[in-house]
Amino acid sequence: MTETIAPEQTAGGYWTVGEDIADTKANRDLPIDKIWQDRKFSAKLVNPANRRKLTVIIVGTGLAGGAAAATLGEAGYNVLNFCYQDSPRRAHSIAAQGGINAAKNYRNDGDSTYRLFYDTVKGGDYRARETNVYRLAEVSANIIDQCVAQGVPFAREYGGLLDTRSFGGVQVQRTFYARGQTGQQLLIGAYQALERQVAAGTVKMHSRHEMIEMIVVDGRARGIVTRDMVTGRIESHLADAVVLATGGYGNVFFLSTNAMGCNVTAAWRAHRKGAYFGNPCYTQIHPTCIPVHGDTQSKLTLMSESLRNDGRIWVPKRAEDCAKDPRQIPEEDRDYYLERIYPSFGNLVPRDIASRQAKYMCDEGRGVGPAITERDHAGNERQMRRGVYLDFAEAIGRLGKKAVEAKYGNLFDMYQQITGENPYEVPMRIYPAVHYTMGGLWVDYDLMSSITGLYVCGEANFSDHGANRLGASALMQGLADGYFVLPNTINDYLANGPFEKIDASHPAVVEAMESATGRIRKLLSINGTRTVDSIHKELGQIMWEYCGMERWEDGLKTAIDRIRALRQEFWTNVKVTGINEDFNQALERAGRLADFLELGELMCVDALHRRESCGGHFRGESQTEEGEALRHDDEFLYAAAWEWAGEGKTPVLHREPLNYKAIELKQRSYK
Amino acid sequence: MTKFIMAITGLILIGFLLAHMFGNLKLLLPDNGVEFNEYSHWLRELGYPALPHSLFLWIFRITLLAAVVLHLWSAFKLKARNDASRGAGKRYVDKKSMESSYAARTMIWGGIIIVLFVIMHLLQFTAQVLKFGYADGVKTLAPYDRVIAGFGEWWVVLIYAIAMIAVCMHISHGFYSAFATLGANTSLSARKTLKGLSLLVAVLLFLGFMIPPVLILIGVIG
Amino acid sequence: MRVTLRIWRQANAQTPGKMVTYPLEGVSEDMSFLEMLDMLNEILTERGEEPVAFDHDCREGICGMCGVVINGIAHGGQHTTTCQLHMRSFADGATIDIEPWKAGAFPVIKDLVVDRTALDRIIQAGGFISANTGSAPDAHATPAPKREADIAFDNATCIGCGACVAACPNGSAMLFTSAKITHLAMLPQGQPERYSRVKSMVAQHDDEGFGACTNIGECAQVCPKGIPMASISQLNRDLWKSMFRGEGKAQ
Repeated sequence: MTETIAPEQTAGGYWTVGEDIADTKANRDLPIDKIWQDRKFSAKLVNPANRRKLTVIIVGTGLAGGAAAATLGEAGYNVLNFCYQDSPRRAHSIAAQGGINAAKNYRNDGDSTYRLFYDTVKGGDYRARETNVYRLAEVSANIIDQCVAQGVPFAREYGGLLDTRSFGGVQVQRTFYARGQTGQQLLIGAYQALERQVAAGTVKMHSRHEMIEMIVVDGRARGIVTRDMVTGRIESHLADAVVLATGGYGNVFFLSTNAMGCNVTAAWRAHRKGAYFGNPCYTQIHPTCIPVHGDTQSKLTLMSESLRNDGRIWVPKRAEDCAKDPRQIPEEDRDYYLERIYPSFGNLVPRDIASRQAKYMCDEGRGVGPAITERDHAGNERQMRRGVYLDFAEAIGRLGKKAVEAKYGNLFDMYQQITGENPYEVPMRIYPAVHYTMGGLWVDYDLMSSITGLYVCGEANFSDHGANRLGASALMQGLADGYFVLPNTINDYLANGPFEKIDASHPAVVEAMESATGRIRKLLSINGTRTVDSIHKELGQIMWEYCGMERWEDGLKTAIDRIRALRQEFWTNVKVTGINEDFNQALERAGRLADFLELGELMCVDALHRRESCGGHFRGESQTEEGEALRHDDEFLYAAAWEWAGEGKTPVLHREPLNYKAIELKQRSYK
Repeated sequence: MTKFIMAITGLILIGFLLAHMFGNLKLLLPDNGVEFNEYSHWLRELGYPALPHSLFLWIFRITLLAAVVLHLWSAFKLKARNDASRGAGKRYVDKKSMESSYAARTMIWGGIIIVLFVIMHLLQFTAQVLKFGYADGVKTLAPYDRVIAGFGEWWVVLIYAIAMIAVCMHISHGFYSAFATLGANTSLSARKTLKGLSLLVAVLLFLGFMIPPVLILIGVIG
Repeated sequence: MRVTLRIWRQANAQTPGKMVTYPLEGVSEDMSFLEMLDMLNEILTERGEEPVAFDHDCREGICGMCGVVINGIAHGGQHTTTCQLHMRSFADGATIDIEPWKAGAFPVIKDLVVDRTALDRIIQAGGFISANTGSAPDAHATPAPKREADIAFDNATCIGCGACVAACPNGSAMLFTSAKITHLAMLPQGQPERYSRVKSMVAQHDDEGFGACTNIGECAQVCPKGIPMASISQLNRDLWKSMFRGEGKAQ
C-alpha cells in the first residue's frame, strides 16, 4: 500500500476515470477568512421586484430545506416546497438529539471560528473542502442568534443566558442544546418560519408529494416530477432553479437510525440526469444506539452521544462474564476500553473510533446482551452478542440521580420504553448503527451540483464533513446551508433568469413524465413473490456486512456481485400490491428500493476504489500496526465525484483534488 | 367568547346557589320559621325605602334569568359545535377514558336535568302551582310552611336528592372548568387547588341543601 | 405471542369503513407496535391482499407522524407515541382494536391514515415569531429567565401528532394550539405578537372545525409529550387579555 497507484490501474472493470474537477466559485487566492465575504460580494443580486417572477423548487422541509424555503420566501421568491410526509414539521432533522455547534466562545474556553473549522476538518479526517468548512464555522454563530430570535428554547442557565456542553471529538464546550431534543426544536423553529411564509403566500407547500424524477432542459435543472401520494397523480412542476434538501441515504442499510421514509430517490434521479455523486461510501456509524432485538426489527434508535459525557463504556475483561448481570461484575473485571486505549479523549473519541472499537470488542466475543444469529463473511451462521455497556453508576454516584435525570431523563425513558430495562439501575446496552451519510451529491462552493441550476443542501450534499462528521455538526450544516449559504449564492444564478418559459409539453418534461410513469407501471406489473421489505432487508445485510464498519477488497467485490443479482431479483420477482391511483405505501417503498439497489453498488465501488482508511471509511487493508485508520494522502487526497455513465455502464470517477492551505495535514490521533 | 360567557354565568349561578343555601340553613333555627319568613320578606324589601318595593328582587331575578339564559345558550352552541367536530358516525368501537370524570363528559345531560328541576322548583315554591304536601283546599302558605309541607313527602325529598346530585356533579366539574376557562389553571398546583375547591363547593352545596329537607322528613324540624 | 387484531379498513374518504379481524401469530414482545403491523402487512402482501395503510416515519417518538387509537385510547395509553409502544404491553392472546384518529377536522385518507393539515394551518395563522433570517441580534442580547424558558420548552415539545384531538370528546385541538401559544408567550422574543397571535390562532382553530374545550382533560392524558392542561388555561388567559387590547384578528 505504499507505492502510488493511479485509480485507472485498480479499476478492474468496476469504474472508469474521467477528468479531474474543481470548485470555481471560491477565490482561493484570498486568505480563508475573506473568501465567503468576497463570494457574497461578487455573487450577482436579484432586484426585490424581480424576485417574485422567479420560481424555486425546494424538495425537502428539514433544517436545510425548511430554512431555505423560509428564507427565500422572505426574500420574495416564488417558492414551491415539497415533502413526502403529511407535514413539513416531520422531516427527520427532528430526531437529532444532542445539539448544535457554534463558535460563540460564550464559555471563554479558547473557542473561535478557526478552532471550529480546525476541529471539523480534523474530525472529517482531512477529506473535506476547507473553504466550505471555514464558511460553515463562520456562519455558525449567526445560526444560534437566528434560532433564539425565532423562539427556539435552548437550555439556559439561571442567569438567563444560554448553556453549552461538550461533545465528542472536541475539547471546548461549544454545543448548544435543548435537552435531548435539539433537532426537534430547531426544526420547529424553521417550520414556523416556513409556515409564516406559506401564510404570506410566498411559499406553496406540497406535502405528501414525493419527487420521482428530475427535469433537465438544455443542461439546466428546470423542474421535477412528483407523485401525489394520496391520489397517485404524477405531476410536473417547473421552475427557474431546483434545490434538493432531501437528507441522507442511510436506509440503504435497511436498519439505520433514519426515519422509515428517508430515501435517496430525489438525489439518485438527479444523479442519473447528470449530477455527480460525491464520496458515496462515507457513512457514519453512530456508536450509541440501542442494539438489535431480532429479525423483525424495522429501525434502530439512536441515543444522543451526549450520553458519553457522563456514561462510561465497558465490556467484561473475560468472555465468560458476558452473560452475567453486569452489576455482579466487579470493577477489576471490567474493561473500560476507550479510556484504556485513548487516555486523553476517553469516552469522547470521535464516532467512527468509538464504533469500530465496540465492533472489535464484540468480535472478540466480549459483547453483552442477548446473542443474535448472524452470518459471517463465509456465509456461516453464528451467535454473537452485539452490545457494550454504557454505565451511569459512576455519574449517578457523583452527580446524584436527580442531576442525571435532569440531563438525560428523556433518553433514559426512551431506552426503558424500548428495552424494558431501567438504565438508572442496570447499565445501558449500546451498539453502533448507521446514522448519517457524509457522502451526497457533489456541489461547488455555491452548493450548485454538476447540473447547472440544481442546488443541494444539508445532508443530501457531500460538502462539509469529509470522511466523518463530528457530533452536533449536522444541525449546524443543515441550517447554515438553508439560512445563510444558499440564499446568498442562488441569487448569483437566478440573476440570469427568468429563463425561457417552458410548459408540460416540452420534450424534456414529457420524457421525464414518461420515464416516471413507466417505472411505476413496471413495478406494478412484475407481480412476483417477494415483498419489497424482504429484498430491502437482504440489501441491508449485504451492505452492513461488506460496506459497514470495516471494508475489504474481496468483500466489496462480493457485495457488488450480490447487489447486482439482487437488483435482477427485484426487477423480476418483486410483489407490489394495489394500483398507482391510490394511497399505496408498498409502491412508494418499491420505488425507493429500486434506487437504493443502484446506489448500494456505487457505494461499494467507491469503497473499493478508495484503498485507504479515512474517517468512517475503514479499509481493512489500510491500518497502522495498532489497528488505527491509515490515510494515504499521496493517492487519495481528493473527493470522489461519480458520474452516471448510463444504464449497465460502469460509473466514471472524477477527482476533485483537496487543496489545504489554511490547515496542516496530520494523521488524525485521539490518543 | 362562548366559553367565557359560559364560565362567567356559571360562576354567577354558583354564587347564587351558595347564597340560597345559606338562606335555607335558617330553616334549622328552632323558631318555627320566624326568621326564615323574615328573611324571605327581607329579600323582597331589600333596599327599601331607598328603592321601591321588590325592585332589588326583580333586578336580582332578571340578572339570574339572564345568567341562566346565557348559560343555556352557550351550552347549546358549544354542544352543536362539538357534535360537528367529533365527525360523523360512531366514533370508536370502545372509547376509553383516561382522566375525565363522568361529570365532565356529561355536563350537558346534567344541565338538562337541572333545568327540568328548576322549573319544578319554581312552580312549587315561587308560583305555588305544584302544591306538594298542601292540605286540601289550601291555596297559599307562608314560605316556611311551604317548605315544611313539601318536604314532608318522602318522594319530594327523593326528587330533590336526585336533582341535587345532578347539580353537584355539574358543579364539581363546572367550578374548576370555569376558572380554567378564565385562565386560572396555569400550573399543576393551581390545578390541584381548583379541583379541590371544586369538589369542596359541590359537597358543601349538597350537604347544605339536603340537610333541611331530610330533617323535615324525619320530623326534627317542623 | 398470539394476538387478534381488529383493524379499521376504509378505502378512502368517500367510502364507509369497517372493522376487519386479523389473527396474528408469532409476535415477539420486543417488537414495537408498528413492527407488529409490518409483520401483518408482510403476510397480507404475500397473500396478495392489500396491506393496512398507516402513517409512520421516525419510529422514535419524535416526528409525530404515527398515531392510532388502540383499544379506545389514542396511542394506546402508555404516555408514548404509537411507535414507542411495545408488544410487551399486551397480554398473550389479547384482542386489539386499532382505529384511526376520528374527528371532523381530520378526514380519513385510507385505513388508519388521516389528513391533519388543519394543524399546519393553525400554525400558519400565527404560530411563529416574525424574525426574518439575518435580522437577529446576538443570542445573549436578551436573557430569558430559566423558569419561563423551561415552561416554553415543555410546551415546545409538542410533536403535532393530533392525539389530543382524537381523544377529546369534543374533537378540540386546544391542547395543540395552547402548546404553541404558551411556548411563544413564555419567551421575551414572543411578546410583540403575543396577543394578536392568540386571537388569530384560536380563530383559525375554530374555522377548521375543531370543537371547543370544556376542560375535560382527556387530551393531556394521551399526550405523548405530557403537555399539561395548564397550557390551555394560559391560552385562555391570553385570549381574555387580548379581547381588551383590540389588536389582531377578532375572534
